[in-house]
This record gives sequence, structure tokens and C-alpha cells, in this order.
Amino acid sequence: MITAKDLNPNFKREVLTLPGGETLLRCYSCGDCTASCPVSAIDRKFNPRRIMRMVILGLKERVLKSDFVWLCSTCYACQERCPQGVKIFEIMTLLKNMAVKEGYIHPSFKKQAELVRDLGRLYEIDDFDNKKRERLGLPPVKKVIEEVGEIFERTGATKLLK
Amino acid sequence: MRYAFFLGCTVPVRAQNYELSARKVAEVLGIELVNVSEFSCCGFPVKSTDAFTAELIAARNLAIASSLGLDVCTLCSSCGSTLTEVNRRLVRGTGLRGELEQIGREYRNRIDVRHFVRVLWEDVGVERIKSKIRRKLTSLNLAAHYGCHYLKPKEIFDFDEPEDPTSLDELVKITDATVTDYENKKTCCGGAILGIDEDDALQIAKRKLDSVREVQADALISICPFCSIMYEDNQRKIESRFESTYSIPVLYYPQLLGLALGLDPKELGLRMNRVRPDTLLSKLG
Repeated sequence: MITAKDLNPNFKREVLTLPGGETLLRCYSCGDCTASCPVSAIDRKFNPRRIMRMVILGLKERVLKSDFVWLCSTCYACQERCPQGVKIFEIMTLLKNMAVKEGYIHPSFKKQAELVRDLGRLYEIDDFDNKKRERLGLPPVKKVIEEVGEIFERTGATKLLK
Repeated sequence: MRYAFFLGCTVPVRAQNYELSARKVAEVLGIELVNVSEFSCCGFPVKSTDAFTAELIAARNLAIASSLGLDVCTLCSSCGSTLTEVNRRLVRGTGLRGELEQIGREYRNRIDVRHFVRVLWEDVGVERIKSKIRRKLTSLNLAAHYGCHYLKPKEIFDFDEPEDPTSLDELVKITDATVTDYENKKTCCGGAILGIDEDDALQIAKRKLDSVREVQADALISICPFCSIMYEDNQRKIESRFESTYSIPVLYYPQLLGLALGLDPKELGLRMNRVRPDTLLSKLG
């Protein structure tokens, strides 16, 4: 059950000021997004229409603390088909970014971000990998791109990962 | 035709067959792929955590290509989509250029970003590829998989049509193979949530494998390393978890085209495919 004290009217205002978020209030809950979503098709826990509704209602805690916010497969089917032009993919992204700022980062995304920060890439490349590449006639790959770590420092993303 | 070759994270480690075949095909078709050792991750894996950091990582890569005066060519669809989107912002000249200068990079010359398949489709063109065909793959029945980020979001790409895509089908037809339609053709591979909910991700991939099996395709044709991880690397896992059998080879498009260009399967890295395409190769005679 939802009661008035669960509702935070500032939540939607925050979303409306962020890139892509300005389209949120166009949503009339038709459900085209959910019908198009490959995740919703197999797991009802993830439901973009419901998420848009929850944001408009102001259920900030429930959305940002949820497991489902991380379940978007980033396929864009919802956004492409929305008759109202709601940037659902962009809103899902900014909700995840907000969740991270509130300290609710999913461990899998945390790990990914740490790898990219430390190596400049998602997979570690060692001498064995480069030897294998050499045998195949492929050029070696640089193990670490330091500038990416500097970008994390600059944007404050390193602090977010603490 | 000269491009800065953007490998991204997955291709150089987990899809060397894709890289090998793309390089071979490029050579035959006169596409020059320039190696750039300073390229990093495209930024996409960081977007869910902090979109601005992701954007700056992408912008740095684009600045490097821009300083070389080269358009970027990607093999991974997510790299392609991420870089295309940020490149558009850089071209429009938003505050992002200033941010780049803060990290000692500059976006000097306007460049463009293209997926390798788009390079084949638009820059090389069907007629030119046709003129190089040495072997007809007439006996094959194939299912094309577009994935998501090759054509979406539509607003950043000005080619093909995500709701009714044709470019990959047409490129497969060049080899004289039959392209078969199948249910769930436009469905996502589920790769982005593999680390979040493995069961959900595998079930999403399973749906497509079911449809491809139903039309008895000899192979699924992929153009993105993560889609192949879902359909090929995880095929065994899907079989055991959901008690089904597929044995559906998943070929990268350049591997298929390479066969039609008369290249040797070994040169195209076909030995590295997890689901052995032996039956498919024997059908070619």
C-alpha cells in the first residue's frame, strides 16, 4: 500500500531537470514500453510503465533502493515505441545514476566501473593475452590507459565508488 | 577508405575471431583499419553508474581520432552507439569540448563514427562487395540478428530502420545464402543484465535460440561481440539450465562474408567459434 508519507514530490522535479528527464510528465501510462520490453516479458519485477508511474508519484526510496532499477537491458525498445516521446531509456539511466549518488550502486556495476577506472577497459589484458594475439597475427593491446582513471578523479566518479 | 579501428573491451579479448575476420575482409575490400593504441573502453559500461564520466571517456576517444583526422570504425554495436551519440554532441559544440580541454584533449576536426557493418553497407556498398565474391554460399539458410545498438536510438542514426531493418539481411544475401525471417528477430540478447540477473538474461537469449531453431537456420549471424557471448558462449549453459538442445553456430558477419570472398575458414577464425560450424562448412562442399 502507498500512503501520502511515502510520496516525495521533489523526486519528479529532480528528474525533470536532468537530461532526458524533462519528458517524464508526457507519460499517460499506455504500457507500450512494458509490452515492448524483453525483460518484462520474462520477469514481471521489471516494468517500465510502473517505474514511470512510481517516479511521477514520488516513490523515491522505493525506486532508488530497488533491485529492478538495474534490470534495464538498455535495448531502447521502450523509448523507440513510446507514442509520447518519453525518453524512457534516458530516464532509466538517470535513475540508476541517482541511485548511485544515494549509495545504492549494484555490485556488478561497481565492479565494472572500477575495472574501467583502473585499466581503462573492462577486461584485464596480460602478457598471455598479447602473446595469443601475436600468434594470431593481431597487434598487441595496451594494458592500462591511465587517462581514464584521471577522468574518474576529475568527475568525482571515484568518490561515488567508495 | 581509412578508419581509426576501435576495438573496445570485449573484442580484443573475447572475440578475436570477429577481429581477425573483419581485418581480413577489410583487406580484400580495400578498407584500411588504423590501429590506435590509446583508445580505451568506449564509456558505455560506466553509463549506468555515472553518465557524465561515460560521456567524457567517449569524448576522449573521439578527440584522439579527431586529432588523427580519421573517422572511427567499431565492431561492437554498443561502442558504435555510445561514440555516435557523444560525437553528435561534440559536433554541436556543447560544453563537452571545454571539458575535454580540461583533460588535455581537443576535438579538432569533425569526424564520423561507423559500425563496421555500416561501413560495408554504405561506404563500400553492395555492388562493390558483389564484384569480389568468389564462392556462392547458396546452400545456407541463415538468420540475421541486428541486436539493439547497431540502429538504436534511431534519432542518432540516419540509416536503415530499427523497426524493419534490412541492411544486414541484404549483406547476407550478397553471399547468395537464403535469409530467413524468424520470430523475435528484433529482440535484444539480454547481455546487459547478465551480471545483474543471469537467469533473466539467459531466458531472454533462449527465446531467440528457440525461434532460430524453429526455422532450422544453419547459423545465426551476429554483428556484436556481446550478442555472440549470449547466443554462442552461453548456448551450452542455456541448454543445460532449460533442458533444451540447439547446436546453432553463431557466425560474425565478416566470417560469413569472408567465406564468400574465398578466404580460408582458418584465416577467418572459424576454429575459435564455440559452437563448431563443421556441419555448415561441410554443406558448402
